[in-house]
Formats: sequence, structure tokens, C-alpha cells
Amino acid sequence: MAAPPAIAARGLVKRYGAVEALAGVDLEVAAGEVFALLGPNGAGKTTLVEILEGFRRPGAGEARVLGEDPARAGPAWRARIGVVFQSAGFFDVLTVREVVAHFASFYPAPLDPARVIAMVGLDGQERRRLKHLSGGQKRRVDLALGIVGDPELIFLDEPTTGLDPEGRRQLWAVIRQFAALGKTVLLTTHYLEEAEALADRVAIIIRGRFAAQGAPAAIGGREEGRATVTFHPAGRLAEAPLPPLPGLERLPDGRVALATAAPTRAVAELARWAEALGEPELPGLEIRRPTLEDVYLRLVRAHDAEADAAAALPAGGSA
Amino acid sequence: MTGSRRFARLALLRLQVELLTFFRTPDQLFFTFLLPVLFVVVFSTIFSGDIQGPPGEPAVPFPQYFVPGMIASGIVSVTFANLATGIAIEQHEGLLRRLAATPLPRSAYFAGKVALAFVTSVLIVIVILAIGVAAFGVSLPREPAKWAVFAAVLFLGAGSCSLLGIAYTRIIRSAGSAPAVVQPPYLVLQFISGVFLQYSVVPGWLQAVASVFPLKWMAQALRSVFLPDWIGRDDYGSWQTGTALLVLAAWFAGAAVLARLSFRWSRGQG
Repeated sequence: MAAPPAIAARGLVKRYGAVEALAGVDLEVAAGEVFALLGPNGAGKTTLVEILEGFRRPGAGEARVLGEDPARAGPAWRARIGVVFQSAGFFDVLTVREVVAHFASFYPAPLDPARVIAMVGLDGQERRRLKHLSGGQKRRVDLALGIVGDPELIFLDEPTTGLDPEGRRQLWAVIRQFAALGKTVLLTTHYLEEAEALADRVAIIIRGRFAAQGAPAAIGGREEGRATVTFHPAGRLAEAPLPPLPGLERLPDGRVALATAAPTRAVAELARWAEALGEPELPGLEIRRPTLEDVYLRLVRAHDAEADAAAALPAGGSA
Repeated sequence: MTGSRRFARLALLRLQVELLTFFRTPDQLFFTFLLPVLFVVVFSTIFSGDIQGPPGEPAVPFPQYFVPGMIASGIVSVTFANLATGIAIEQHEGLLRRLAATPLPRSAYFAGKVALAFVTSVLIVIVILAIGVAAFGVSLPREPAKWAVFAAVLFLGAGSCSLLGIAYTRIIRSAGSAPAVVQPPYLVLQFISGVFLQYSVVPGWLQAVASVFPLKWMAQALRSVFLPDWIGRDDYGSWQTGTALLVLAAWFAGAAVLARLSFRWSRGQG
């Protein structure tokens, strides 16, 4: 029998006045999975996470997190989840050690505070008061407070915002370490490479809806969609006419590009063409799949265009 | 570990952190302890004369009258004002949200706050009394019954004003505005409750307003501990100690209900 999902939500809707922050979201995250929520600001990421954390009630729909309704769950449930906040206030005059140990004391079976401090890379800073820490060091405290209870499920709201690249790698390592222990992670992020580096699955949320969902490598048709083949014709290839492949075009920088759903066949054709001209190689040959960023930007633009069209309709009707 | 033992342990841990935070925040220490001390020194120095009694009764030096009122005021400051300001800031800056995400029972958070208010109340009583006795010749009561009244006022006053402070956070809209929303009612109550001046000087209708709130009754009952009965007759008609304690007990219960109904654990984007 499969383990019950860590998170199961159906038809979540949340309105703030006229604004629909969530417009019917279904989400299922398996136990032990790392799931990333990607989306522009105001897309509904935080609202969704806050509903799952039990800080907000949905207007409609139903959520189960570790088998319980987050809006009603009590301290025993809280002991099983960890929340890494994005920009919550701090206990400024307490030291790193004091605040981590204090939070540890709330949990039935916490991790050793000293170990957690080392895990997030704050060893040597134990005796410093939080107000004297840099922004990046405070993010590490955020993470420490979220994991010190040794939770089964961790919510991370933009965990590496404000960190330098090294700090980001270090936090990724901590998150991976947790995932390797079979814990479930739900993270929101602005950074596509972060979602790609950490997540088993990604959902792109736009205007309160999931626009796409899947493994980072496959989302938005990345595996099936059109790939772009480019090469830089030099020597004899530059002078010869191009083979009759539909869609082949010369770029301003002198390269030749072809967007195609069958890149393998295109490369084979091009190779034969070059071979016939006595060139064994296609210089600068590249086959590029759409990146997560390409998919993301395409979806965001498509939705913006849709919204603009929808907004233009009533204006056009009344004119 | 049983539920109540776990609660007690967590409330104590919260108190420990509250005390650490309190004593490491110099601004708060200054306003909490130095301000009442400053008031005692300044007022007792300016009004150094005696309050003349009826024939046959010895005059009462003004500091003897002023110090118990200042103690009442100090208790309201460290309970109502400090809790309302402190909790509002923690609420609006997201510290409460951090705690709410953990298995810490909410009751343990409030227990820690109220315990902090009690500890600081006792400290401020000691500080004001020490200055009054050492510098201005205030004489302490000898009868155990008077100390019992003192303890009752301290307990009921600190308790009700702490809970009122928790309830009051409901109308504070941002961390920055907290002191500005908290101080005015406290300041006005101090004047109309006769903390800085003789209660009999306050106009009747303002006395009526003051009588609704705990501070007037705290000051009155504490004065009954330190002053002869004729002052009670002159200022209040009589000391009405029983009434004062009843009013404070009623506020304690009422404030508990009010705090429970009005407090919002997390505030923010809606």
C-alpha cells in the first residue's frame, strides 16, 4: 500500500475582496517528496502555503496536511511540521544559541540545537545577538528555527532570498540532507535554478491557478516540445546553400538555427549535408531544450496576454 | 510528561526569555524604572510641603501621599502599557507567527507575558518604595492587615491590567504606533485618578470617569495602606478598601473575558 500523501488539497479558493488569490488549486505532495512552487509575485504562492500551514482558512476547498485539517490541527500536529518564514520579526536581543535552544524546547523530540546551528552554517556565531547578524545569517536562523523540531514536513518560503551564492548552496545542502532522511519539503521560490536543483516536482502558479505541474525536466512539455538546433557554418559550409529543411534560418550573428520537434532527424540531415561538402563536423553545434525559465516565462506571458485580452473586451464593447 | 507539567515548564521557559529580553532592552528598562523614579524625585522635591490635617491630627508630608499613587501608576505601566506595547510589536513584526508555527501552547505565551508583568510589578514596587523611604522619609505601615491589602492590590491590579493590556492590542494597528496608542489613555487616567495630585482636586465628573477604571481604585487602596484615615475621609469620603478590592477583582474577571474575545493571534495581510 502506498503511503498516504503528506499534502492533499482539492479545489482551494481564497478571495481577498475582489481579488481571487487562489482560484481552485489541487495539490498532492507525496511523503518524502520535495515540491517547489514557482510563480510571480502575487500569484498566490504565499496564500497557498499559509493555508497549508494553518494560518489561513480557504474560502472553499479542502486541505489535508499529514492527515489533518491544518486550520483545526493542534500542537501535536505542529510538532510534526516546520515552518521557515520569509520575513518574520526577530528576537533581536537574544543570541543565536538562546533562540534556537528556546525553540527546540517547544518540541517533544527536537534536534540538538548545537548541531542545527552547525548544519545551517552558523557555528562560531552562537553567542552573537540576532540584531548583530547580517541578512544572510538571519536567513540561516530562519532555517534553523524551522528544522530544530525535527519535523516530518518542512515549509520553506523563499528560503534563499538574500543569500550569496555560497550561502545558497549551503542551504540547498541542508534541504537535501533533510530530503534524504525521507522528509517532505514544500518550498516556494523565485529562483528557477533553485527549483531545478532541489525539487522532485514543480508547480508553476499564475493568478491563483496551477499553469503547469511536473518534474522540472519535463514540465511544460520540456521533453516533448520543440528543441532548437544551432550551428555556425564556417569554411565551405558558409558558402554553400543550406539544405532544404523547413524552418531553417540564418541568425544575425551568422549562426544557423532550426526550431524543430524532431531534432535528431534534423541533425542527421545536416550531418549528411556537411559530409557531402567534405566537412565532417558542424561547428558550434548545439541542441537546446527549453529551460525551466523558458517554460516559466512562456506561461507567464501567455497568461498576461490572456488577461489583457479579457480586460480589453468590456472596454471594446462599451466604445 | 503530563499536560500541566509541560505547560508549567514552557511558561517558565517563556518567562525566562521574556526577562532576558526585558533586561537586555535598555530603552525599556529606562522607561519602566527610571521614569517613575524620576517622577517620585521631581514631585517629592517640588511639593515638599505637608498636607495639613484636621485639628489634633499630625500633618502628612506630601511624599507619603505621592508614593502610593506612584506605585499604582508604576504597576499599570509595567502591566498594561508594557504588555500592550510589547505584544503589539511581536504581533505586527511576525514574532507571534513564528511561535504560532510551533507546538508551544498559546496559553504558555500569555502565561509568560503575565508572569513578566508580575515580576516587573514587584520590582517597580521595591524600587519606588526604596527611593521613597531612603530619600523622602516615607514611613511603611506596621500592621499585617495593611500589607495584606497591599499584596491584594498588587495581585489584582497587576493581573487585571495585564489582561487589559492583552485585550488592548486589538486596537493597535502597527508596531510603530503602539506606544502612541497606549500612552495617552494611561496618561489621562493618571491625572484624573489623582496620581500626580490630590484626588480631591479632580473635578467630580472626571472622578466619575476615573472610578470606572482600575487605576483610581489601586491608588486609593494603596493610599489606605500608607495614610491615616482622615485623608481617606477628605479625599474619597472613606477609604472604601473593600469596594476597591471588589472592583479590581471584577476587572480581573472582566479583563480575562475581554482578552480572550478580542485578541488576534496573527495579524497581517488579511
